[in-house]
Amino acid sequence: MTNSINELIDSDVIFITGSNTTESHPVIGAKIRQAKKKGAKIIVAEPRKIDMVEDADVFLQITPGTNIALYNGIMSCIISEGLEAAEYIKERTENYDALVATVADFTPEVAAEICGIDAEDIKTAARIYAEGAKGAIVYCMGVTQHSSGTEGVMSLANLALLCGNIGIESGGINPLRGQNNVQGACDMGGLPGTYPGYQKVTEPAVKEKFEKAWGVELSDKVGLTLTEIVGKAGHGDIKVLYIMGENPMVSDPDLAHVEEALKNTEFLVVQDIFLTETAQLADVVLPAATFAEKNGTFSNTERRVQMVRKAIEPVGQCKPDWEILMDLLNRLGIEKTYATPEEIFTEISSVTPSYGGITYGRLNELGGLQWPCPTADHAGTKFLHAGKCARGLGLFKPAVFKPSAEVPCADFPLVMTTGRVLYHYHTRTMTGKVDGLNAMCPESFVEINPDAARKLSIVEGDKVKVSTRRGQVVVTAKVTPKLKENVIFMPFHFAVGAANTLTNPVLDPIAKIPEYKSCAAKLEKVAWDWSEETDQIK
Amino acid sequence: MSMLNVTVDGQATQVAAGSAILDAANQLGIEIPTLCYLDMEKKFNQQAAACRICVVEVENRRNLAPACATPVMEGMIIKTDTERVHAARKIVVDLMLSDHPLDCLTCEQAGSCVLQDLCYQYGLEQTSFAGQRNDYPEDATNKFYSRNLNKCVACRRCVTVCSNFQNTKAIGFGDRGFNTHPVAPFDRGMDESTCVSCGNCVSVCPTGALLPKSKEKFRSWEISKTETTCSYCGVGCQMNLLTKGNKVVGVEPLNGAANDGLLCVKGKFGFNFINHPDRLTTPLVRKNGQLVEATWDEAYSLIADKVKATKAEFGSEALAGLSSARVTNEENYLFQKMVRAAFGTNSVDHCARL
Repeated sequence: MTNSINELIDSDVIFITGSNTTESHPVIGAKIRQAKKKGAKIIVAEPRKIDMVEDADVFLQITPGTNIALYNGIMSCIISEGLEAAEYIKERTENYDALVATVADFTPEVAAEICGIDAEDIKTAARIYAEGAKGAIVYCMGVTQHSSGTEGVMSLANLALLCGNIGIESGGINPLRGQNNVQGACDMGGLPGTYPGYQKVTEPAVKEKFEKAWGVELSDKVGLTLTEIVGKAGHGDIKVLYIMGENPMVSDPDLAHVEEALKNTEFLVVQDIFLTETAQLADVVLPAATFAEKNGTFSNTERRVQMVRKAIEPVGQCKPDWEILMDLLNRLGIEKTYATPEEIFTEISSVTPSYGGITYGRLNELGGLQWPCPTADHAGTKFLHAGKCARGLGLFKPAVFKPSAEVPCADFPLVMTTGRVLYHYHTRTMTGKVDGLNAMCPESFVEINPDAARKLSIVEGDKVKVSTRRGQVVVTAKVTPKLKENVIFMPFHFAVGAANTLTNPVLDPIAKIPEYKSCAAKLEKVAWDWSEETDQIK
Repeated sequence: MSMLNVTVDGQATQVAAGSAILDAANQLGIEIPTLCYLDMEKKFNQQAAACRICVVEVENRRNLAPACATPVMEGMIIKTDTERVHAARKIVVDLMLSDHPLDCLTCEQAGSCVLQDLCYQYGLEQTSFAGQRNDYPEDATNKFYSRNLNKCVACRRCVTVCSNFQNTKAIGFGDRGFNTHPVAPFDRGMDESTCVSCGNCVSVCPTGALLPKSKEKFRSWEISKTETTCSYCGVGCQMNLLTKGNKVVGVEPLNGAANDGLLCVKGKFGFNFINHPDRLTTPLVRKNGQLVEATWDEAYSLIADKVKATKAEFGSEALAGLSSARVTNEENYLFQKMVRAAFGTNSVDHCARL
């Protein structure tokens, strides 16, 4: 996030897109509603009529995969009505003319046609966003998980720049991170192209710095992304795969392919807290401690590094992940030992400029620090790009709308999209073990519009078969006016009736993110299972 | 920001304009009991001032003033420790007790109940207002908490947190006078309301009226509290893990920078996975197609040998690692260090995109 969470409370307008905020980030959802109470205007652009729509001044119910058309339509309206922040654009940005040229074709009318909404609503949204002095964009995977995900994010950045909403308090672009430490995993270099602090592996000076710090020679070749690793594993090119705290057997697209790939991996190590679907395929399983059994830090979605503290001893023979990794590093010839996570953090600070001024002492004293925090006397950074953008001038990167890789056709006439529900978390490794949460949401389902359901003779609770070009699953139907007639929704949490059996593994060419949010699907009512019926009668 | 001069119990201090009397007293270390007051309310200055337990004397003011909701004015002289104040507070507690069961021996809230503490402070064994009592059936329809309105003191905290902070607006106040009580729509069960089970009402309830449905029996004094960060989504809510022995038995929200005292259903109630019997407790190694228990040493040796052999035979690019958005920064750091420095490849990624 360029802003802090609490800055949202003082925003004049909040544009929520591709985020089911009250279910996936409930406390941020609550904060946005507090902002609404204080007078903020809310715009929601989503394929589903999510709870947040109740609070919206404008709701744009777009077809999945048409984000960029919408954002371009909004920008086109802002420019044609002269609502852009002309002064800001002149002083703080570049390449504006290219944006004007690109969005010129995308009048609200053109965009409305593509998105399946009313052009007047686009204009209203554009005016509300442009006229608010402090406009915050809040987005999530509904923007990124498309084959044009990166360009979707760039479009949002264009929109923010267009209205002078980068580098100010309570105005900015705010991706909501879905997992407790996904921010930290990125910050710490859990990415194929960057060392901790986003220092590029291809940069000779950076490589040299880490070679010196770690006392080994390092590769300057950008590594493979998750989806590429799985792909290569499938072809037998990856012989050893080490997976820590992840469950690709539920979370990755096109699961049949993932299973084959993991089975094809000669040696698979899985380190986790439960015997997950992925761990069941492993050659070695290492039992890890949960967050309650160890010390350390997480970095949240607003770049705030906060303490994790040990409340109980690890159960059984479990070990904290850091201990396991240190033991293995030692066995693999990297001699350095750490007595506590704090000693690891000290090493992190010494090689990561943005974490340079963060210490356990300061975190304990202050409760948390937001990076960039380069020095011990730096108070942390509440919002990014103050005064000027990190790169100097804010660069407009106009994006042209491209349809999703898979669009509805005669065989697969519906658009399927996926997401989370309030009561579960990712692949249910944790929430699946909590009775109350399971009671609230016990099984996989598919949401379908009432008119669409009627045409297929489907009623609430029916078993239905959802098929795509990748496969098919049978799940329970939930009939709801949340969706338009041509769209269906499935939660991706479940291993049985798994949405990701169906999702399209096509990737965004830049971020390599799969297109989870839009693929072509077909729905059929499953014939009544008489055997089950007779069982019940008996 | 302009500062105001104020005197509390003879001690002079300065507070920012807009502060409540309670803030001034807190600043001086003078304790004023509160019950309905919610810390998080400071932001909107809309205290319910429903319970009247925090009343104080203000010079030249006829009535006692609720300290939580009365703004400080220049030159104000406040007394918190007078007979009149204590008599008023005692009557308030006595009245609350007149419609409250005296089952502290078995009440789950005993030891962390504000009403119990106030009765102790004012020496109230029983109420002096015997008579009518409310008799509500217990509502256990929510999966995560139960509601026993016979223990409700009508402080409005639950309604305030639900309406103004969580903003779900699942509950409101029904009826008037003696019958005033928090209600779900049409006074039906919570399961028929719009409740999203965030449990924020449970966290702020000062008595045993709203209690988590716990699997464990424990007394509040058996509990240790550990401040930590929630392990679900990326908001980074701050919370206390409540533990009895080596078991996590509850969660309470803290006033973290991101959550300001709020949590969601997963953070508040989704902790039973920690001590779940299905947890992995020992390393497993595949032998003859089956995963069987092994020692750490066995597992480590197997991994180290395989990594070395693969590197030697096929080169570093035949190895890869998937790190985790679930573990700590320190662990992510060591993981990428292992893949880069020991495996010799940059093929390390995690589920940021999924």
